Amino acid sequence: MNGGQALMKALENEGVDIMFGLPGGAILPVYDPLIDSSIRHVLVRHEQGAGHMAEGYAHATGRPGVAMVTSGPAATNIVTPLCDAYMDSIPLVVVTGQVPYAAIGTDAFQECDTTGITMAVTKHNYLVTEAADIPQVIHDAFHIATTGRPGPVLVDIPKDIVDPKNPRSAMEWYTPDSHDLPGYRPNVAGDAELVRQAAKLICEAERPVLYTGGGILKSRGAKALLELAELTGIHVVTTLMNRGGFPDDHPLCLGMPGMHGNYTAVTAMQEADLLVALGARFDDRVTGKVGEFAPLAKIIHVDIDSAELGKVRRADVAIQGDCRAVIEDLVRALREMGGSEAQPDRSQWRSRISGWQERFPLTYEQSRNDELLKPQFVLEQLRDSTPDDTIVASGVGQHQMWTSQYWKFNHPYTWVNSGGLGTMGFSIPAAIGAKAGRPDRMVWAVDGDGCFQMTAQELVTAATEGFPIKVALINNSYLGMVRQWQEMFYAERYSEVYLTRNVPDYKLWAEALGCAGLRVESPEEVAPAIARANEIDDRPVVVEFRCEAGENVFPMVPAGMSNSDVVVDPSQRDRPR
Amino acid sequence: MNPVPTGSAPGRGGDGGTTTLVVHVENKAGVLARVAGLFARRGFNIESLAVAPTADGRFSRLTIVVGVDAAPMEQVVKQLDKLVNVVDIEELNPAASVERELMMVTVRADPSIRGQILDLVRIFQATVLNVGYDEMMVSLTGSPGRVDDFEELLRPYGIADVQRTGKVALSKLAKTAPDPLAP
Ligand SMILES: Cc1ncc(C[n+]2csc(CCOP(=O)(O)OP(=O)(O)O)c2C)c(N)n1
Ligand SMILES: [Mg+2]
Repeated sequence: MNGGQALMKALENEGVDIMFGLPGGAILPVYDPLIDSSIRHVLVRHEQGAGHMAEGYAHATGRPGVAMVTSGPAATNIVTPLCDAYMDSIPLVVVTGQVPYAAIGTDAFQECDTTGITMAVTKHNYLVTEAADIPQVIHDAFHIATTGRPGPVLVDIPKDIVDPKNPRSAMEWYTPDSHDLPGYRPNVAGDAELVRQAAKLICEAERPVLYTGGGILKSRGAKALLELAELTGIHVVTTLMNRGGFPDDHPLCLGMPGMHGNYTAVTAMQEADLLVALGARFDDRVTGKVGEFAPLAKIIHVDIDSAELGKVRRADVAIQGDCRAVIEDLVRALREMGGSEAQPDRSQWRSRISGWQERFPLTYEQSRNDELLKPQFVLEQLRDSTPDDTIVASGVGQHQMWTSQYWKFNHPYTWVNSGGLGTMGFSIPAAIGAKAGRPDRMVWAVDGDGCFQMTAQELVTAATEGFPIKVALINNSYLGMVRQWQEMFYAERYSEVYLTRNVPDYKLWAEALGCAGLRVESPEEVAPAIARANEIDDRPVVVEFRCEAGENVFPMVPAGMSNSDVVVDPSQRDRPR
Repeated sequence: MNPVPTGSAPGRGGDGGTTTLVVHVENKAGVLARVAGLFARRGFNIESLAVAPTADGRFSRLTIVVGVDAAPMEQVVKQLDKLVNVVDIEELNPAASVERELMMVTVRADPSIRGQILDLVRIFQATVLNVGYDEMMVSLTGSPGRVDDFEELLRPYGIADVQRTGKVALSKLAKTAPDPLAP
């Protein structure tokens, strides 16, 4: 056997059914045994697309996403998705080609120090030096990517060890049955005594809030969370990374907290006497000014990554462990303490919460006759005209915040977005990856006009490889989120944020990319266009919604301000808080 | 992962605003770059660093002296521990460890003042390594504090060149045998 064949066999053994990539010189020898492999390969148009597709696949399925690209420029093109996956703890295995081992360090054609460049944006990476190491390294790479706090792992493979024409590629296949990783022992179980202390704090709290993050989805802990919430009757906020991890329609759900979170989620956390942080990391977009965040709250913090415990906010009870496992232990401990009977009377707290919900619901002003569409209206219509379990992938900007705000997420793994890195251009390739992983589901990408222009070429991949995703393009002619900041914080001095109204012609562009293209300008056209898009299943669809340029996202906590100073929609500003 | 010292762990500040970490890593290509890169990336500051393979050649031992003002030590340790190639980390308490550092120094030593330098060499039990017509090269191995003192005393004569290794350290050994009846 040779190293190239071994690589494909190793990937098959890890259960890989699909990978995203684009060949080139250094990885060429692996693209030959690929022809005989059971693994489906999706040919992308840009390597960034391959990485985001692998992420979208992982988001939607929970299985690791796999991408394969060549050396040099291809490796640098995939750095953004690696960083994105690192920030959002997405399990990826990325294989890159490298120049022959003997040529490393000589500035050979398309050589770059891929492991050096990606060290800071991967959970771990490998430069494989011998063909015989390939089975073990691939086995370890999947183990590291998927266990503990998940993340991206890169495997850099010099050409000579996979090239059958080179004697260095010869090797004997073996199936690795263990890992030799003496420094890697992810801890899953939480400390029982700490769990008891946490349960006790919960039973004493008068104003508790469950602050739930991406760790819920990563640990497949949505059911356990539901059980905890219902047992205790405690309200739940779902961060941007945990939308769908607790049903929005549940009476205990407060929705998204943070910079553009809804008033009640933000305020309930501010006023709480106990925050139970479950797989959340006190990100600055959630906390606002850290020193003034939830000033009255004791903190229970559960995370699989001990480095998150105490990183931003000191916890009263810090439990390292898998979110689901710890929540299940917590539920057991709470039952032993008397279950719902042992919870104090929190009716006053509940009525404060419902008061905020009544006074400060999400709201926007409907467009008048001569105006263009309101993006919020488009998202409400889209939400109401698509199946409940539709998967939504989003770009980054205002449209992302509106999607998170106005969508009703009632199922885990239906929200695919770039949270930590905030990567414009994420949505289209991520939607393709999600569709590849869940072909049974309807997949919509909600994209901004700025984002769309960064990765639209992957619609060719979607069209030619048979992934009929749908794109709702929120065209507000601007880099809207940046425009909003310039309006609010730079005295309306607009600098380099106008994208133009009529160029490009998105409908024509969509058609040229092999998609159906629709254009919507008035409110009455919105629902029929969505219905039409939902029917098209033989190719991707792009629906351009021509939207108001000046619309702003509210509520908003300006960067660096306290969450107590949340700016609400103009129509609500004179209401008592 | 491995139990790591947290919060007000011993070892803090015993050395004038520094803490000593002993980090066992897999002896593999690129591991030092991972550790150094992590420090740079997270804004932690390395004061000194000594690296060598352990008795078991599969592992290396890094002795890292870290400035404690720059970062909470707990974060440094936890982030280090996340590196896949880092096997374990010990935060050394200066009172419970033996520390050594090696210094080589070239000092101005006209024949007229050689005697004074040799006095210091004798007092500190240092070693003369090389002698030139107006310079001497000497070395000293000792606790970092003693090495500081020696360097300070040589300075007035004129130090032409000095190289210190950064300290290495091992925990002190138990002085009493464990009670065989203890649970
Ligand atoms: C790759 C990248 N470059 C720049 C930014 C900064 N940025 C954040 S939102 C945004 C505007 C996005 O514009 P658009 O896609 O039209 O979305 P909108 O805010 O208008 O909904 C920009 C430029 C970013 N997040 N990512
Ligand atoms: Mg825009």
